[in-house]
Amino acid sequence: MNVLANIRVAMRALAVNKLRSVLTMLGIIIGVAAVVALMAIGNGATASITEQIEGIGSNMVTVFPGRFERGGERIQANLTYSDYEALTQGVEKVSVISPVFQRFSQLTYGGNSVDVEVMATVDNYQQVRAMELANGRFVSRIDDSSRARVVVLGSQTATDLFAGLSPIGRNIRIDDVFFQVIGVLASKGGGGFGSEDDSAIIPLETGYTRLFGSRAIRQGERVLSLVSMSAATPEDVEWVMVQVERIMRQRHGLKLSDELDFTVFSQNAFLEAFDQITATLTIFLGAIAGISLLVGGIGIMNIMLVSVTERTREIGLRKAVGARRGTIMFQFLIETIVLSLIGGVTGIALGWGIAYGVSAADLVQADVQGNTIMMAFFFAAFVGIFFGIYPASRAARLSPIEALRYE
Amino acid sequence: MFSDNGVVIRIEGISKHYQMGDTTVRALDGVDLSVNSGEMLSIMGPSGSGKSTLMAILGCLDKPSHGRYRLDGEYVEGMSDARLAEIRGKKIGFVFQQFNLLARTSALENVMLPLTYAGVRGREKQSHAREALDLVGLADRMDHKPGELSGGQQQRVAIARALVNRPAILLADEPTGALDSKTGDELMELFGKLHRDRGITLCVVTHDPEVAALTQRVVRLHDGNVLEDKSK
Repeated sequence: MNVLANIRVAMRALAVNKLRSVLTMLGIIIGVAAVVALMAIGNGATASITEQIEGIGSNMVTVFPGRFERGGERIQANLTYSDYEALTQGVEKVSVISPVFQRFSQLTYGGNSVDVEVMATVDNYQQVRAMELANGRFVSRIDDSSRARVVVLGSQTATDLFAGLSPIGRNIRIDDVFFQVIGVLASKGGGGFGSEDDSAIIPLETGYTRLFGSRAIRQGERVLSLVSMSAATPEDVEWVMVQVERIMRQRHGLKLSDELDFTVFSQNAFLEAFDQITATLTIFLGAIAGISLLVGGIGIMNIMLVSVTERTREIGLRKAVGARRGTIMFQFLIETIVLSLIGGVTGIALGWGIAYGVSAADLVQADVQGNTIMMAFFFAAFVGIFFGIYPASRAARLSPIEALRYE
Repeated sequence: MFSDNGVVIRIEGISKHYQMGDTTVRALDGVDLSVNSGEMLSIMGPSGSGKSTLMAILGCLDKPSHGRYRLDGEYVEGMSDARLAEIRGKKIGFVFQQFNLLARTSALENVMLPLTYAGVRGREKQSHAREALDLVGLADRMDHKPGELSGGQQQRVAIARALVNRPAILLADEPTGALDSKTGDELMELFGKLHRDRGITLCVVTHDPEVAALTQRVVRLHDGNVLEDKSK
């Protein structure tokens, strides 16, 4: 009998017990839908987080003062302006480097006030962090040298303070000092690592001389919260980090055996760590979905065994009129495969629907990928074959006379 | 089909023993029988006489413990399962007490089933099946499903199915057992007609003396042995 005729026979057999067939399929449907939806959501989340991390600035290497040790102890130390100057001169293969001093401060306009991170920095910080402006301009060298009281607001900060008014040219208070708004950053969305949407940026000199005062001075030296730089190419990131560490050790008088009192951090390292986490998570999700498919497969096997028992006389009759073992085996195998493939396709559609729903609800931009669909489809087919073989061979092995006499 | 001087079935010293716990049940104990082409015989005997076992062995549904069986010129013992399946499909036509039709499947498709397994395809398959249904007088019921047919009609579909591959022999196991006496008589009439007009070789297993009376030869079994083999 050819495959098409077998599929027709299988469909008819499955239609006899519609409810049972649907319930049997449900295991596969849920398993496959879970695989498709979870993979799509996982892919979407990974893509969006990766984009955010990359949005922080490409090839970025950042130095922070102090260091967290295992166990939560913190080694305190200062990162000074002269450290920054030494790094500027000493580190090769860096395209831009900028110093930042930041503190939480209160911004006030009219009756509105917000507490945000105010970053005092220089013009090229815009490049390091790949920041884009929605309006106006960034702080400039001239602002810096003239100690101008100008501020660039993060998009959320601008919304919170001005509630729809155009902020450019207006004066706001930072703590008790008036600043003029010269620009608003474009929103980057998301958050977490140093979100720029909730920030304000002022010139570094202005910060030292007019706003932060003694808070930015330690032991008579101007200090920084961080120094960020961009390596010239992604391949240079490692080298830049090595140089930063060498120069900083030298400047802080640390021997090779001493613990570092500063932290060098690269966005690439962050991305790598993140990739590892997502890979682990994907395996984990896949394992859960795999288990549900396994359970679905066992359900199919169970029902097929019942079906073989119920149809013992039919099998006997088929054998009596000339069906071989292989023919019977094939008939029942096709039935299981049809069952799990219908379940698989329905599951793919359902999973796709869930992914679409999640995207439409704006939770995560789910990304249904072709290879996920292929994988789910072939996995369903595999489940059908694997769990169909035993019931089918049971049917095929029945002795014709015993099958015919079965009551 | 008429090889071996018209002998379709020849069995020699056929035994079938079952082990039931500690005792050996001798369902058949050295049976000899030969059936010529075009014969119509009945195998009779009380329950437990071994007639169903004999029928199963004649139909290649079961294998004997001992003895030789030559069907249509071929020795059956030692054949592979696949070869036996082919023999069943092509050389033997079965009619069962309970019809054994596939439910939810039209009369025509039921009749086509042996052709499908024999590898007959397409138009040839259709026309053979129609012919067979026509032969049993059901040309106008081809698309009916078993549930839509009377018991007598269902059994006639089963006969058409048994005949469709032009087998060497038709084996009927209590064919009237599930039918009322009138329908049973009609069915036996059909068998008789097929035998007369088409020269079909027919072997009916029955415990009903009235059915046996309609055949020219009656073989009586008792305790796994042939008690009597009488031809009219």
